[in-house]
Amino acid sequence: MSYVLGLKCRECGREYPKDVLFVCEYCFGSLEVDYDYANIKKLFTKKALSERPKTMWRYKELLPLDKEPTVGLDSGFTPLIRANNLARALGVEELYIKDDSVNHPTLSFKDRVVSVAISKSREFGFDTVACASTGNLANSVAAQAASCGLKAYIFIPADLESGKVVSSLIYNPNLIGIEGNYDEVNRLCSEIASKYRWAFVNINIRPYYAEGSKSMGYEIAEQLGWKLPQHIVAPSAGGSLITKLWKSFKELEKLGFVAQVETRVHCAQGAGCAPIVTAIKEKSDIIRPVKPKTIAKSLAIGNPADGYYALDAVRRSGGYGEEASDEEIIEAIKLLAKSEGIFTETAGGVTLAAAKKLIAQKLIPRDESIVLCITGNGLKTQEAVVKALPGLIKIKPSLASFEEHIKNGEKQKIAENKVIEYYI
Amino acid sequence: MAKVKVRIPAPLQKITQNKQEVICEAVNIKELITDLERQFPGIKERLLDENGKIRRFINFYVNDEDIRFLKHDETSLSDGAEVSIIPAIAGGINPR
Repeated sequence: MSYVLGLKCRECGREYPKDVLFVCEYCFGSLEVDYDYANIKKLFTKKALSERPKTMWRYKELLPLDKEPTVGLDSGFTPLIRANNLARALGVEELYIKDDSVNHPTLSFKDRVVSVAISKSREFGFDTVACASTGNLANSVAAQAASCGLKAYIFIPADLESGKVVSSLIYNPNLIGIEGNYDEVNRLCSEIASKYRWAFVNINIRPYYAEGSKSMGYEIAEQLGWKLPQHIVAPSAGGSLITKLWKSFKELEKLGFVAQVETRVHCAQGAGCAPIVTAIKEKSDIIRPVKPKTIAKSLAIGNPADGYYALDAVRRSGGYGEEASDEEIIEAIKLLAKSEGIFTETAGGVTLAAAKKLIAQKLIPRDESIVLCITGNGLKTQEAVVKALPGLIKIKPSLASFEEHIKNGEKQKIAENKVIEYYI
Repeated sequence: MAKVKVRIPAPLQKITQNKQEVICEAVNIKELITDLERQFPGIKERLLDENGKIRRFINFYVNDEDIRFLKHDETSLSDGAEVSIIPAIAGGINPR
């Protein structure tokens, strides 16, 4: 049973059938899925939800499939953790981590969008899926295509972290490294997408794909007991996640699940690639594309596809934006690990570092509730932090050697503060 | 009045009788759009929204410079200038 009415242009409102379309042929705006909310309201109730499995598919009426999902059945419903240690470190009262670093199957929030996109691509009858990716999307498309026997063509910048490359290659897709940055990869993929009949999850399947991100917002609301936080901080690359978080909250309001939305949505980007944050700070209506330079490679998109919509979401919600330097990103990754036992990738470091700055500037008041969206796993971007960690301390397998170490431990730790390069 | 060459993107060439390039006379982009509409009725509403502003996903370039970084629709034109109209499609389709 589907509640999708069709597609609708986000700019001029023209309506299109639910097909493999993504751009308004009239005004070139992007297309968005349009739902039959009146009918959704009848079936999608808190009571109905309480009996459903704890995955993102518990919200299936608000996801754009016509049939039951066929891949990614265990994606979503990741932990929402009350982060008291980190709250103390930041000097705030009520802080939560939405931990998509343990999403299924590939440890990032991209499992949400890919589960939707590949299920939808199979409905459309495609036998090949493809994507342009900064890494996490590649991993998820590779894994989920493998799980249902589809062919996969995956295009990434050739200089990605080795963890991201290996985590794609292992599933045996056609992985193609492009000598260029993501924006160049994306432009090439647009040309390929217009020539080959493949389901490019983030190009011609984009209207459906992007809806998957909303599940993160629904989960946060439900996990807080159908309440919304006063602040949510999320990273932006193409700008889709914060756009859809905002949409998810507004939908829950429309369906009567939560009171009026008063959540401020804040955008986090790396300092060397912050086109959306720059527009927020300069109060500009223009998003000026940049050439990315940041260790947060997963966010290194200089020409964000949904930048304008992300900007709209931030502005309408009364949110702000902040950017994090490479050093701040690394410090934040370490802080999250030592305070909460969560190892996030560089994008998570960007989110925490940006939140820290927003709190310091009082743009996020210390006594208001905050959710940080941690979107990826640190095991995939070890290069980013390895140089900032102390080396491995080695001792002889004897009690004497251990006790010697205990005695000199601290001194030794400092002395041997060297890089362990064989780790990566 | 400057005489300029205007490159038309493929999706709009139906309106320009399949011409990829047309000649306009105008002193700035705003007038250029008026002249385009005079020559090819129907093109204006594809380029401008209901408030008369250039649509968000339509980019104008004057001699390869994005007019958003010049003076928007007040950007002036000199004789022989080359104007490109390029849809900036979300998701990044190749504009050429």
